[in-house]
Parts: sequence; C-alpha cells; structure tokens
Amino acid sequence: MTQVSSDKETTALAQAPSQEGGGRAAAEAQLQQISRQARALSLLREASLLPAVVLLVVVGAIISPVFFTSANLWGIGQQASSLAVITAGEALALMIGSMDLSLGGTYGFAPMLAAWLVVPAADFGAGVKLNAYLGIVMVLVLGAGVGLVNGLLIVKARLNAFIITLGMLILLAGCQDGVVKGQTISALPTALWYLGFQFWGPVPVSLVAAVIVLIVVGVFLRYHRAGRAVYAVGGNAEAARAAGINVDRVKIGVYMAAGVLAALGGLMEMGRVQAITADQGYGEGIIFVVFASAVIGGVSLQGGRGNMLGVATGVALLSVVQNILDLKNVNNYWVEAVYGLVILVALAVARLIGGSRSQT
Amino acid sequence: MANEDVPAAEAIGISKQFGSTVALRGVSVSLRSGRCLGLVGRNGAGKSTLVSIMSGIYGADRGEVRFEGQPAPALGDVQAWRERISTVFQHSMVVPQLTVAENVFLNTQPARSGFLDWRTMRAEAKQVLAEWGFGNVNANALCSTLTVEQRQLVEIARALAAGRRCLLLDEPTSALERAEIQRLFERVRSMVANGVAVLYISHHLEEVFEVCDDVAVLRDGELVMSRPTAGLSQDELVTAMVGQDTATIAGIERPGAKDNGQRADHGKPCLVVEHLAASSPRGALRDVSLEVRHGERVALLGSLGAGVATLARAAAGCESWSSGRIEVEGELIVPLRRDKALKAGVGYVPEDRRTEGFVRLLGVGENATMSIVDRLANAIGAVMPKRRAAAARPLAERLSIVSASMSQPLGELSGGNQQKVTVARAVAIKPKLVVAMTPTRGVDVASKAVLLATLSSLALDDGAAVLIATDDLDDLVICDRVVVLRRGEVVAEFTEPPFDREELIGAIEGLVPSGSVTA
Repeated sequence: MTQVSSDKETTALAQAPSQEGGGRAAAEAQLQQISRQARALSLLREASLLPAVVLLVVVGAIISPVFFTSANLWGIGQQASSLAVITAGEALALMIGSMDLSLGGTYGFAPMLAAWLVVPAADFGAGVKLNAYLGIVMVLVLGAGVGLVNGLLIVKARLNAFIITLGMLILLAGCQDGVVKGQTISALPTALWYLGFQFWGPVPVSLVAAVIVLIVVGVFLRYHRAGRAVYAVGGNAEAARAAGINVDRVKIGVYMAAGVLAALGGLMEMGRVQAITADQGYGEGIIFVVFASAVIGGVSLQGGRGNMLGVATGVALLSVVQNILDLKNVNNYWVEAVYGLVILVALAVARLIGGSRSQT
Repeated sequence: MANEDVPAAEAIGISKQFGSTVALRGVSVSLRSGRCLGLVGRNGAGKSTLVSIMSGIYGADRGEVRFEGQPAPALGDVQAWRERISTVFQHSMVVPQLTVAENVFLNTQPARSGFLDWRTMRAEAKQVLAEWGFGNVNANALCSTLTVEQRQLVEIARALAAGRRCLLLDEPTSALERAEIQRLFERVRSMVANGVAVLYISHHLEEVFEVCDDVAVLRDGELVMSRPTAGLSQDELVTAMVGQDTATIAGIERPGAKDNGQRADHGKPCLVVEHLAASSPRGALRDVSLEVRHGERVALLGSLGAGVATLARAAAGCESWSSGRIEVEGELIVPLRRDKALKAGVGYVPEDRRTEGFVRLLGVGENATMSIVDRLANAIGAVMPKRRAAAARPLAERLSIVSASMSQPLGELSGGNQQKVTVARAVAIKPKLVVAMTPTRGVDVASKAVLLATLSSLALDDGAAVLIATDDLDDLVICDRVVVLRRGEVVAEFTEPPFDREELIGAIEGLVPSGSVTA
C-alpha cells in the first residue's frame, strides 16, 4: 500500500509541477481549486444565454410600449410553453447522439387524432365521441407508440435515424391531413384546451406545466440512473455498452419519451389556439425552431451534452424574438427571414460564448 | 559527438505552460541527420507537447525551434513547417478512398496546367516506394485495402517524397504486430543510414535500444537525460524516467508473481469455455476450450487476428459465436449481451479505452461506478452524487487515480488515469471474472505497475478469475499461465512462470512447432 500512495504523490506532482516539493496535500489543494474554477466557469457558460435574453427584453421594452407589460410577458410564457416541451423531447434525442424529425409530426397528429375521436361528426369529428380524458391519454400513448416504432426501426433494424424519422414525419403529417380532410377542428371540449389556454390568475397553466416538465426531465437527467445512462450513451455508446448499460433499451426509451413530450406539447398548442389545424406541427415547420432552440440552448448535435436549463433559455430567447417581431408588426412576408437571421446570429453568439461546449 | 554538422532540427530552451501547469521547462533537443533520437518519458512528462511545438502546432512560451540553423517559420504557416519536418502520428492520416499514389502526393500531385498527371504520379510513387524499401506496397491500390503497417509506410513515403529529411515518429509501433515492428525498425535504420533525422517517441524501452542512436528522457517537463544509447542500461533509463521511485515499480510487480502457483491450483473453475467457434473481423475461433479457476491469472497471447480479442470479448459478452458455450460459475454467457454478463459478475476492461473505455464528458466518479449504478440507485432509481462519490473514492484510492475531484470530466485526465478508471469500473462490481484486454497499453510505467498490481490482487485477495488478453509481454509478470492462440486455435500453453520471452514469441509467430505443453 505504501508504494501505491507514493506513486500517487509523484503523479500528482507531475500534473501540478509548480508544487514541486510542496507535497501531496498542496498539490491536491491546487487541483481542487482548479476544479472549482472550472465548475464556476461551466456554470457561467450554462447561463451564457441569459444576458442575451435580458438584452432582448430591454430591446423589446424600448421599441414597444406594450412589451414590458405583465400581460404580454405572461403571454410570451404561454406561447413558449408548448415549444419548450417539444424541445425538451428533441433535446433527449439529440443527447443520445441521434435526432427525431418526426416529433414535428407527432406534435400535430397526436392532438388531431384525439380531437377527431372526441368531437362529434358535425364538427369534423369521427363521430365515435371518445371520452375527452381518454382522448388525452390517447395523445400521450400515440406519442409513445410513434417513438417505439422509430426506436425499433433505428435501433433494432439499424436504419438511419434521419431517414426513418423524416419518413415518419411525412407519414404523420399526411394522416393529420387525411383524417379531417384538411379541415380545422375548433369545437373542443374543455378537457382538451384547459392545459394550453387556462390562466390561474395572471399565470398561464401551460407555463406552469412546461416548467414542471422541464424540472422533472432535468432532475431525471441529473439524478436518475436512466438519465445518467442517456449521457453515457450519447457521450460514448461503446463505452456505455462495455460498462453493461443496455444501450438499445436506453435509446428506444428516449425515442418514446421524446414522442410523449412532443405529443404533450402539441396538446398544449391545440389548447392555446383553441383549435387544431391540419398545419400544426409539420405545416408550420415547428421542427426547425425546435432544433434551433435546442442547439442555441447548448445541446450538442454530437450527443452527450445538454441540459434543461439550456433548453429553457434557448426557447425563451427565440420566443422573445418572435414576440418582438409580432409587436413590431414586421412585414408578414419578411417575418420568417428576420427570424431565420436571428437564429443564425444566436447560434454564432452561443458558439462564441460557449466555446468548445457547442462544438462537440 | 563526431557529428559537427548543424542539426537538422533543434529545439532550444523550450518552455511551455498551459494554465497553471508547466508542460516543458527549458528543454533543448537536437535532431541530426543520420541519427535517430529516442524521446521517452512517462505520460504527462511533456513528450507530446514537445512534439507539437517541434511540428509547429503550438508556439513555445520561451525558447525557439531551428531547422538547419535557420529560425522556424511563423506559427500559422503550415506549408512551411511541413516542408521542414513531418510527423507520423499514431492514428493513420491517409485518405482510405484514394490510391497509394494519390496519398503519397496528397496536395502535391504532379500536374499539367491543373490536371493530374496520373502516369507521372504513379511512376514517381512507385519509385519512392521502391527507393526506400517499401516495395510491397502497390502504388495503385486503394488505401482502404492496405494493412495498418502499409498505411504507415504510405505516410512515411509521403514525407520522404516531398524531400523532407526530418521525421517525427509518434509511437509508430503501437498498432503493429511483431514481425511488422521488426520490418519498421529495419526501415528506420535504413532511412537513418541514408541521412534522415528521426525523432522516435515510444513507450517501449527495448525499441529505443534497438533503433535509437541517442535517447532523451523527459520527466515532469524537464530534460533529465540526453545521451547515446550505446553503453546505457535499461535500468539507468528507467531510473531517469521515473526518478526516485524505481524501486516501487519493481516492488509492485514482483510479489504478485512470487505468490502464484500455489493458490491457483486449489481454485474451482470459474470461467469455462467449451468448443467455441466464431467468425469475427477481430479473428475467427475454431473450437477453442479454456478453463480459468478462481484466483488464477491467465494471459491470452496471439498475433493480431489470431482470435485473442474475439475470445476475450466473447467471455465478456461482447461478441457473438456460432457454436460452443461459455459459462461463468455455471451461469451461461449470452452472445452480445454485455449487460447480462455484467450481472453474472464479469468485469471487463475493453481493448481501446478511447472508443470503448469511458465517456469523456462524464466525471471520474461516474465513469468508475458506471457498472454499479443499479446498486447505487435508491428506490426510485435516483443516483445521488454524494453516494456516487462515496462509492468512487475507495476505487480511486485503490488504483491511485489522481483527479481534482470525483466530478472532473475523465477526458481531462492523462491516459494512465483514464485506464485506471476503466479498470476501477471492473473492480467496482466485485467481479467473479475479470476480462482485461491490453490493460496497460499506452500508459506510463508507474500506472502500469498499479494496474497490474490491481488485477493481480483481484485474483489473489478477492478470488476472482483474471483473464488478460495482451500483446505486451510485460503484463505476463502477474500471470500464472499463458495460453497462446494462433489462427483461432489454442496452440500452446505455458504453466511455469517466469515465462521465456523467446519461447512465447516463437509460439505466437508459429516459428517453432507448436510449443512446449500443447493443450
């Protein structure tokens, strides 16, 4: 044992040579201090987008008198909540080093199918008059089901995630159009819109729900063994496998969780606009905004890196931009272009501040 | 020495600091044409920093690099650096989709008004290859069809074709087999004889004695020895590398070896492999049977593709097989189910720690305890960081892992410490069987001693069966028995340590009719 510890000492000295002769305690104290600094720095990077969000809020307040009112700010919260939930799902898929384009399809089709089964035939429903609460369960089950199919095809059949989820996205969007023949269902029962539309005092219920979802997912990732397995699989799948983690199961589980989150986000969005159109999800190109906010929020496209605080800031940033554009009444034909430009700038800034974080 | 010429390349008083860590302190080395300088030192001694500075990847804080007496080009001028010095890295830098000729002249292809002159290029490539004795590489072959050895030759040929006479070889033998290593040595010697200056970086000291004219030793960023290899003993060199604790290393390796024989015979069989047949890109197996007892330390040896890797991975549940069975304490190992093998008590140290060993971004503690999360998790499956750190700390202690904290990302540590964490993970499960593949590859001498001592103590103190698949004969000091595979079959078994290196190599290479004790 004594030889072992003397080896430890020399190695410590090798790594902190300025401590030569100072002994192990000094060398370790120095190492610990370096690690504290590193941790403080990484926390700073985690929150690196907060100044940008604050800056945008100031800009918003200057260019529009309406912006800095509590009604508008809570409104932004309500608008952002469905995006936050679906982005949390995409972040999970990205963190295992994969991607899921079909979330955009689930986001539209899952609530559409539920609404179609629940509302009467006269309101473009199927006429089966399913119980509205069962309808909500349906939404989530469908999300999980789509995720399961994706997962099996990608993990077990070893097909390419991009192509599989792209095909699934188009399939779901087609079904969404097909079941209602392109119509919009707007006569929704309370149960289907409550989560997305209701306010508790000034506070939108959907924002509360989104915050809870992000916290639950965040805590799960940080502390649950399956959450840690997500980081291990994304960081190095081969090493995770060698360590005895069932990599396939983790991956399939992530696709299912992502599907459920996308379906929940879609349900909230349906509630917020009090209707479900054939366009929700795929038609409005939600998936691009989802990717952008995840990546702006520091989720690595290579996998293994990302967290829910980042997702929240990424979503907040894009939502505030969207709101400012709405308030400024930017020419409708140019809104998308401005939005796209903001995304590019935000990514560049995030890369600059985040350093290597967003690189790998 | 006799050579009064201006050095082909020299580093003069180089110092370099990264943050608070001093990587190099006033290091001077010079490469002379017609001589091969070995550069050795433990991991973290500053070898790679020196190589990076001499090849223009970083600038030095103090000191300068000179080529043939002229100051080095500006730092960003990659082209100018490449004209003066070439580095052949451990990891191949050839483009597999292109032919050998194209790779030899990558970006310097002979061309007529912008169009490639294929005929000239092929002819010149052929000429360069033949001139330097690399004639077994076909200039028209696609690089993807070449062996690792041939790819390395293509890289060396690229440097030589461009007229560079200053080569840095960074651990050139790490991916080669024994016969290939011998051929590499011959080629290095002939290049040196033809006036090339070579800097040879290696972990293997015997290589240094074999090919190098001079040797420079770095320790903690300082040059502690620089002299001709002639008249230098291996012990002196090790002492220079390790400093005062040479005795330690000898001390750790030997007790394990002394103990063996007695206890091993009494153990009950732990790993039982019966008539295993498999086809795998790592090497096929034809009807292999093997038994490892509790408390026994068995080494598997064989050249690349002989089936050693396949057999070891199969025992860990990482490989599929077509017939035969593997049991650990009566429990069947399921093909390709590493997770089930783990539950059966099989600890595993993968062959390549970078690709399979650990997750760079995760902490030391989390990597070390990845195999026991089920045990660390509470009723709802949560793993609290405190509990994890508490479980990891004794492992870090046992393997003397040096890190700032249990949460420091493992990617930031030295190779030796990374490997210790990978081994810690196998230790953590209190294994019945440990399958360790090349457990000491690419680590410094001191880490090697700790790793071997740990594996040994798993058998002697904890009664585990230890199976080591290795190509490093130094690993055999802790082994009770050596099983040699060739072409997927067990061809020889050695049961009497200490093992005779020449007999072992003979069995591996098939030079002598299948060995002493045939299985």
